Amino acid sequence: MSREKETTLYIGPQHPGITGNMMVKVKVKGDTVTKASVEVGYLHRAFEKLIERRNWLQSFTILCRFCVPEPDPMELTYARAVEQLEGRIVPERGQYIRTMVMEMARLQSFMLWYAGQSGSAGLYTLGQWSVGDRDYILNLFEDLTGGRVYHMYIWPGGVRRDLPKGFKDKALRVMDYLEKRLDEYDKLLFDNTIFQKRAQGVGVIPKEKAIDWGVVGAPLRGCGIKHDVRIDEPYEVYDKLDFIVPTHEGGDVWSRAQVRRIEARQSISIIRQVLEKMPEGEYYNKIPNPMKWSIPAGQAWAKTESVRGEVGFYVVSDGSEKPRRVHVKGAAYTNGVSVTEKILVGQNIADVSFILNSMGVCPPEIER
Amino acid sequence: MNFFDLKGLLQPLGAIKQLGKNPHTIPFDELSKDASDRYRGLHYNDLEECIGCGNCSTICQNAAIDMINLDGIEGKDGDSGLRPRVDNGRCCWCALCVDVCPTGSLNLTKDYIFVSEKSADFYWIPGVDNPKAKEDDRLSFTSGADISLSDYTRVPMRELEGGERIKSFAEVVLGYNEEEARKEASRCISCSLCTEVCPDHMHIPEYINAIAKADDEAAVRIIYDNNPLPEMCGKVCTRRCEDVCAIQVRGEAVAIRWLKRYATETAPTIELMKEIIQPNVSEPNGKKVAIVGAGPSGLTAGYYLALKGYDITIYEAKAKAGGMVMYGIPKYRLPLESLDKQIGFMESIGVKIKYNTAVGKDISFDEIYENADAVFLGVGFQKAWTLGLENEDAQGSIAAVDYLDIINRGDSYDVGKKVAVIGGGNVAIDGARVSRRYGAEVTILYRRRVSEMPADWEEIEGAEDEGIHIEIQAIPTRIIVDSNNKVTGIEYLKAEMVADDKGGRPRPVAIEGSETIYECDTVIGAIGQEADYSFIPEKYLDKIEINRGMLITNEDKQTGDPKVFAGGDTVNKTADAISAIADGFIAVKSIDKMLMGK
Repeated sequence: MSREKETTLYIGPQHPGITGNMMVKVKVKGDTVTKASVEVGYLHRAFEKLIERRNWLQSFTILCRFCVPEPDPMELTYARAVEQLEGRIVPERGQYIRTMVMEMARLQSFMLWYAGQSGSAGLYTLGQWSVGDRDYILNLFEDLTGGRVYHMYIWPGGVRRDLPKGFKDKALRVMDYLEKRLDEYDKLLFDNTIFQKRAQGVGVIPKEKAIDWGVVGAPLRGCGIKHDVRIDEPYEVYDKLDFIVPTHEGGDVWSRAQVRRIEARQSISIIRQVLEKMPEGEYYNKIPNPMKWSIPAGQAWAKTESVRGEVGFYVVSDGSEKPRRVHVKGAAYTNGVSVTEKILVGQNIADVSFILNSMGVCPPEIER
Repeated sequence: MNFFDLKGLLQPLGAIKQLGKNPHTIPFDELSKDASDRYRGLHYNDLEECIGCGNCSTICQNAAIDMINLDGIEGKDGDSGLRPRVDNGRCCWCALCVDVCPTGSLNLTKDYIFVSEKSADFYWIPGVDNPKAKEDDRLSFTSGADISLSDYTRVPMRELEGGERIKSFAEVVLGYNEEEARKEASRCISCSLCTEVCPDHMHIPEYINAIAKADDEAAVRIIYDNNPLPEMCGKVCTRRCEDVCAIQVRGEAVAIRWLKRYATETAPTIELMKEIIQPNVSEPNGKKVAIVGAGPSGLTAGYYLALKGYDITIYEAKAKAGGMVMYGIPKYRLPLESLDKQIGFMESIGVKIKYNTAVGKDISFDEIYENADAVFLGVGFQKAWTLGLENEDAQGSIAAVDYLDIINRGDSYDVGKKVAVIGGGNVAIDGARVSRRYGAEVTILYRRRVSEMPADWEEIEGAEDEGIHIEIQAIPTRIIVDSNNKVTGIEYLKAEMVADDKGGRPRPVAIEGSETIYECDTVIGAIGQEADYSFIPEKYLDKIEINRGMLITNEDKQTGDPKVFAGGDTVNKTADAISAIADGFIAVKSIDKMLMGK
């Protein structure tokens, strides 16, 4: 072994097992990674700067581009920050609809994760299934928002449109169907020895380092640390809902997968509860004419929980019609860069994509 | 666990059972469905409903929409004539354009497939490239007035109660306070359709924007760019701007007039006005301009010429400046102090006004013509049209302008207990409301219906609130007098509206035998005015052309005599103050060009 030369390998930038362009430059000795460094810059569109050049409402159409697999937390977090600055109250129905949208977004994102995680382990059947099933959620999104992937639906003051006719029945039907499908996914993935062997003990985040490293989301809960914005600092109507936040000891890919497995089911449960409890009434607290809508000077920090973890928006207003500064802290920023670089060391080359996927890395979120 | 975990190896093979099934996406019927009812596909624009305000283009954060001219669509009042064109290569289908469209003409459709090998084809003119989308029921993402982002509700103006108003000549409209003004100003979408239609092309979106941004001083400065009597306009302008406001298509127009009023009220004294406006008076250039009549057009010409360094003298026949604005508009609409302040400001920058100096009587037209480098005629319509009725010269029969003149100069006129006002314009309403303030019972006789009255709707409503009765479809036939030649009543015929054969508006035709008598002490006629040109000596009339009571000018407001310019009611048929101001402003440029070559 000692005679083997160290070689540099470039994994990416074309979709290195994750959604979006990013490169992981790894040094390998044999099959083993000795050093990993994440190289970003392939997706940089200067989102934050673009937002500063647009008025408070225009910006919301850019936000969804921060993360293709799960755009809605971006819209919500921005909206919440702006509402916080302006003191705008969202009607209760609007809050319920927002919560439902967030969980629908989580659910479809889990579907993509199933595809990515199994695909990077060479198990392609599940990917075909879950991406197909995801379309039913996208159908729901289309009915609700008019868009399938980018919804541009949650904006300051509430949501853009009320639920369409017959939405509740349709959504419940889809939830029933997906719940059954999740059981079949389990057979293909979690009961599968191949996946077990690939996932267990791979990409371990030491529990004692997890907080220091700034790990968030499922990777953190996969270390046995219970942290979720939805219960720690409940927003919208999460405090009125009954759900569990799963944790799993181990800190490896397997633990993270287990956490997501349970969370997907929790999302279905939450959507059902929301549809059941949703009150009638206003869904939107109308903003003034967007051309002349200025927000009182000040700063606000808002955060929500996405599938990848905590998403935070720091918004500064100078009292004008445009944001002075919008800083976005996506979950992938820590999970995808500093943490990934550390845990890849010592792993097999074949596991790099596999581990990246389990960390839920979303490059545009890193390159704001 | 080890590699021979049989269950873990065999269980995934269970997926094989799916082989016998249809693809799992089939069982749901949604897959082959049309796009959903809210789908955000290609744009559609109803070209008839669209007014070309350009709000879609402004909000588009991808700069995908531009406004272009289309064949067959001409600009008109309240319609820029432009229509949006979407670059589908830039569009992100966020539909913000739909949500801000004030008319609701722009929608997204269920159609989303478009293929072309030419990049230019992706410039898509909604409504032209898919003309049938609406007919075929393809509209999906639409924005009703209830969810549109346009703010359709005007901040209500506080006013004196009807019962309170008739007790005095206190100003009826109380004006916006700061908070109300900011809120109202924020409704404006800056489309500039108003600027187009304003005779004076005031910079309306700009000053409203300044008010919305809490910069009232900037608003005042912008207003003074081309209107030296904004406080007057802010109170009594006929505001054609509001008729074409993009917001009024589906809601209440932005209260442009009240916002101007608010801005000017932030400078309550001449000193403050000077401080805010900081008039930049040029060094005297040695040229003299004489202005006949200190009405809105004369004052405007005087103010801006004085700023340019001209030596200005305005000759005014009456004791106060303002013309019809001073003597024709009741003080509950335009208080004396307000006008005094605006004119005082003009005088403070060097405009000289010679009061009680009637040209042709106190000073000859020859004299001012010879002594000045240019003359501006802003004489207005002073002589009222007669009703042409029997006994019109009786005691108790008076023309509205004369009546208002008497009241406004502070004299009194006894209208008695009952008054009949004839006419349907603002002057008629003014005459009626003033009489009401002297405690009289007032009836307005108008030939047509209320909806056809040329008066401002707010004035009509105000009159009704104050207890004035409007007798519609009434054609006066004679004034009834007693043996002392004193008015005792008026006889009129009821009329029916007959459709005009030539396609014009319906005509009132008297019903025979429907004579009705309204007993009253005073009859006030308000059917129009005309000018009195007797002050101009014959010899000038070779060059200065007068046709049907109007002075003929070119577009520079220059008459046939190159040295003589004219503006105001005698020049334009609209006969309102803002047109007069516009005339004055145009004449300033023309005079400057003629005398200084600028």
